[in-house]
Amino acid sequence: MAISFELNGQRRTVDVDPKTPLLWVLRDTLNLTGTKYGCGIAACGACTVHIEGEPARACVYPIASVAGKKVTTIEGLSTDLSHPIQKAWIAEQVPQCGYCQSGQIMAAVSLLKKNPSPSAADVDEAMSSNICRCGTQQRMRRAVLKAAAEMGAKA
Amino acid sequence: MSTATTNTLSRRTALKKTLQAAGAALVVGLELPRVKAANEKPVVNPLTSWIKIDQQGKITLSYSKSEMGQGISTSLPMILAEELGADWKDVQVEHAPVDRAFGPQGTGGSGSITTLYTPLRQAGAAARTMLIAAAAQRWNVNPSQCSVRESAVWHGNDRLGFGALVEAASQMPVPDLASVTLKDPAEFQLIGKSLPRTDIPAKTNGSAVFGLDVRVPNMVFAVVARCPVFGGKVKTFDSADAKAMKGVLDIFEIDPAPEVHSLGGVAVVAETTYIAMQARNKLKIEWDEGPAAAESSETLRKEFRRVVDSPMKVILNDGDAQAALNDAPDNKKVACDYELPFQAHATMEPMNCTVHLTNGRAEVWAAHQAPDMVQMIVSKVSGIEPKNIQVHTTFMGGGFGRRYQGDFPTEATQIAKRINRPVQLVWSREDDMMHDFYRPASYHRMNGAVDAKGNITAWHHKYTSTPISEWFSPNAAPESSELGLCSQLPYLTNSYKLEYTPAKSHVPRAWWRSVEASVVGFVIESYVDELAHAAGMDPYEFRMRVLGQDRLVKDALDKQERPVDTARFKGVLQLCAEKGNWGKPMAAGQGRGIACHYAFHSYVANLAEVTVKNGTVKVDRIVSAVDIGVPVNPDGIRAQVESAIVYGLTAALKSEITIENGRAVESNFNKFPTLSMKETPLIEVHIVPSTKAPTGIGEPGLPPTAPALANAIFAATGKRIRKLPIRREDLA
Repeated sequence: MAISFELNGQRRTVDVDPKTPLLWVLRDTLNLTGTKYGCGIAACGACTVHIEGEPARACVYPIASVAGKKVTTIEGLSTDLSHPIQKAWIAEQVPQCGYCQSGQIMAAVSLLKKNPSPSAADVDEAMSSNICRCGTQQRMRRAVLKAAAEMGAKA
Repeated sequence: MSTATTNTLSRRTALKKTLQAAGAALVVGLELPRVKAANEKPVVNPLTSWIKIDQQGKITLSYSKSEMGQGISTSLPMILAEELGADWKDVQVEHAPVDRAFGPQGTGGSGSITTLYTPLRQAGAAARTMLIAAAAQRWNVNPSQCSVRESAVWHGNDRLGFGALVEAASQMPVPDLASVTLKDPAEFQLIGKSLPRTDIPAKTNGSAVFGLDVRVPNMVFAVVARCPVFGGKVKTFDSADAKAMKGVLDIFEIDPAPEVHSLGGVAVVAETTYIAMQARNKLKIEWDEGPAAAESSETLRKEFRRVVDSPMKVILNDGDAQAALNDAPDNKKVACDYELPFQAHATMEPMNCTVHLTNGRAEVWAAHQAPDMVQMIVSKVSGIEPKNIQVHTTFMGGGFGRRYQGDFPTEATQIAKRINRPVQLVWSREDDMMHDFYRPASYHRMNGAVDAKGNITAWHHKYTSTPISEWFSPNAAPESSELGLCSQLPYLTNSYKLEYTPAKSHVPRAWWRSVEASVVGFVIESYVDELAHAAGMDPYEFRMRVLGQDRLVKDALDKQERPVDTARFKGVLQLCAEKGNWGKPMAAGQGRGIACHYAFHSYVANLAEVTVKNGTVKVDRIVSAVDIGVPVNPDGIRAQVESAIVYGLTAALKSEITIENGRAVESNFNKFPTLSMKETPLIEVHIVPSTKAPTGIGEPGLPPTAPALANAIFAATGKRIRKLPIRREDLA
């Protein structure tokens, strides 16, 4: 079944089983591999993308439900590492293995859209359902607050 | 500077230079001896390179160890660049191909910096010497009047960039590596500075390629159905429904490969990962579950107790521990049992491997800690000669020891043999968690005593576990993989008895971050805390006392092992206590605990501050002090310690693998919880300044984490934690 949606600003049409999770459409059909497979049950957040601006777990989101919607993945965040979250991630030297970080960054971007000046506790709450096995939590916390400060200063 | 690593690594070093076909370039390669290569002749003069410089002055530095988040793709090239005199902004890094010229390419045992620090300095210094020689010749001056900085050779105000010199430099004689002049560490420009990691930008925009991200034209995807019971095999299977699915290409059985503990099973190959996974669900497989099916965590616990209640193998017996215990008053004796569970590695990226076999050649993409071993495995399974097998080492989404195994490359090659297309084998999270090689489970019975002055008079440790050695070196003594510092106890004790007997189990086990140190670190550092309490002494003061005078402690069983330096132990304890406000009063319900350990030649002390309320523990802060010799990239070191602490806290507070009916109960992150951001304490890492040869830090931060936490809980509540992970009922 042909399903069309907007991916990082471009219209895409795929012909797959409508039950196929968005994650596998991105990764295997469209070869857009920045969004990661970690658990397949929406438990780790490595596959976090934005659908209509809201964070979503692509590993359990059937492609049929994406039809006609706007999807943003990590690749759609910026072309030049210029997003304040990316800059803060680099400044704070956040990633280690890096595998969970696409999902972490998408979760952080989403948080700052809703709450441009979060407290540390707000950051903890928003980011606590994304798993990181390398233990970058403390650096992510610092980086989100740093990005928020930078975005606030510009506004 | 210590020459210990030089002696081990440069015995058979050879240096080779060549002009690269594409243009003049200085290529300096080192041949390092391979570990356990006694039966193989060394390769002579391979044209492998650590350092490539092109005529535009671009400097490419190779790193020969796998990047799994530990920052090795930055810290190893830093060492080369330091001696070379390269300006860091001119440097780009690349993963070395599989080649014996680079020495063993396995990444583990926190060993990359430990083993490569001196050889890389020598390689960089050799290249620098050749560049200087070329410049001196050009200027007609004495090389000793020339120096390097900013990717150029200087003579007074005269400057020649490396790019302009590279062609002439490559014609210069290659200096003897053992005697090449190394920089005075006081002159270091890069080593000791926190440099941003080379791999991080690509990890913020989705462009970093992990094993699962490999995309090759015409590729297909595969999953394998494996018996959920450890060691079980396929009896019969019916694949008709699965085969009928659109996009399914092939379904077939693959054999177990016991030499790499590869399980065998039924492979499903499809156009996409999702189709392969869906088709696997439709397989009807009858398993021969084998003898493991009767095993559970309960039966293993009974086995542990049976072992420690029975006569055990005496490993060490200094003095008369029993007599000392008989002499000690009851209130100066401590008798207790400790228990640690199986742990999964749970790397964020599940196991996977991509293989393409064509006309006697193979191309492999592997997120693997030992790409040289992958090459051998692919060769063995495919029959293709290693020289015709190209292994690309990708970034890896966590390693922690799991990616040292040969099972997933074996399966991928088995499948590729049958499929005439590139095939990516994907393990689901469930596959990964239920078919891990777990950190061994263990059980420890401790009996010891102190005297009125605070001396330890007896330390008797009865230790049983599911040893790693049985899985990988069945001819070795079972305890050889398990003892760690138990045979190199830094604490003074008038008598010491160590007994070990393995427990029978079918559960696969192997190297999990910090390996046996994660076990014995918890036991020794919890128990010494209990002895301090029995002695009526402050746990920090007690440790400093029983570490005794500054001395080197040899391993009682392995004479080759480096001695432990009690002065360095005391150094990290002291720094940790000072930075962690040891002794400062805390509110009711709060506590501070300290622990120190030595692993992979590195010394770490951790201090935990906790608040225990209503049966829950909140870790407020961890302060860590590390002594790892010369700190190469300090921020990278801090990141690794933070990482090991969080990994250790997860194992102490949250996760475990339990066994029912011969299989892992925990199959995904919903049942294997990990430390979340809101549970993550503030972590401070302090580095002891040192000029000693550097040692590793990927793992050593972990062992003192759980005992520091448990000791802090005791300080807060008076309750001893003797079983991990910590349970609510242990705190109430």
